[in-house]
Amino acid sequence: MKNLGSVMVAYMIGWGVFFVYLVSVARRTAELRKDVERLKKSITQGK
Amino acid sequence: MVLLVGASAYGAFFVAPNELTMGIVQRIFYLHAPCGMTALAAFIVCFVGNLGFLFKREAKWDWLGVSAAEVGLAFCTVVLLTGPIWAKPAWGVYWAWDARLTSTLVLWLLYLSYLILRTMVEDPDRRALISAFYGVFIFLDVPLVYGSIWWWRTQHPQPVVFTSGGLNPEMRKIFYLSWLSLTALMALLIRQRYELEEVRAEAEMLAREAEAA
Repeated sequence: MKNLGSVMVAYMIGWGVFFVYLVSVARRTAELRKDVERLKKSITQGK
Repeated sequence: MVLLVGASAYGAFFVAPNELTMGIVQRIFYLHAPCGMTALAAFIVCFVGNLGFLFKREAKWDWLGVSAAEVGLAFCTVVLLTGPIWAKPAWGVYWAWDARLTSTLVLWLLYLSYLILRTMVEDPDRRALISAFYGVFIFLDVPLVYGSIWWWRTQHPQPVVFTSGGLNPEMRKIFYLSWLSLTALMALLIRQRYELEEVRAEAEMLAREAEAA
C-alpha cells in the first residue's frame, strides 16, 4: 500500500477542482440572475 | 452523472489490477490521462466556437467558445496537479521540462490568457471577435501537446491507450469508463457555463438599456 496517500491526494485534488468550479459557475449565474432582475425592475420603474 | 463518476472511481480503486512496476500509484493514471484527453476535447470545442463566430458572427458561438475554454482550463489544471503527484514516486522528481509537460503548461497559460483577454474588452462584439481570432491562434498548441509523445523522446510515458498491448484489458475497461464519465462531466460543465454566458448577455443588454433610458 506504499503511495496510497499520493493516490488519495490526487483524486481529492482532482474532484475538488471540479466541485469548486461547478459551485463557482452556479454562484456567478445566480448573481447575474439577480442583476437581471434588478435591471428589469429599474427599467420598468424608469418608464 | 454521479453514478458514472462513482463507478469510475470504484473501478480505479477496487477493480483495476495493480501495475507491476509502479504499484498503487499507477491508479492516478485513471484520472490524469482521461482528464488530459477531455481537456483537449474541450479546447477543440472552443476552437469550433471560435471558428463559428468568425464565420457566422453570432453570439452563441462566442458563448460556446468561452464556455469550453474555461471548462478545458479546469481539466488542464487537474492534469497539471495530478501529474506531479504521480511523477514524484515514479520519476523521483515532481516536474521535468520535457516536450509533453512543457507544451501542456504552455497550453494552460495560453487559455488562461484567453480568459484574461476577454475581461479587458468591454464591448461584447469586439470582445467576441478579438477572442475568436486569439482562440484560433492558440489552438495551434493543442496538436503539439497531443503529438509531443509521438514526435519526441520524452520523460513522459509513451502512449499506451491507442496502441496494441499497452494496457491490460481490465485496465483498458476502467480507463474507458473514466474517460466516459469525465466527458459527460465536461458536457455538463460546458452546458452550465453556456447558461451563465446567456444570462450575462441579457444583463449586459439590460444595463445598456437602463443607461440609455
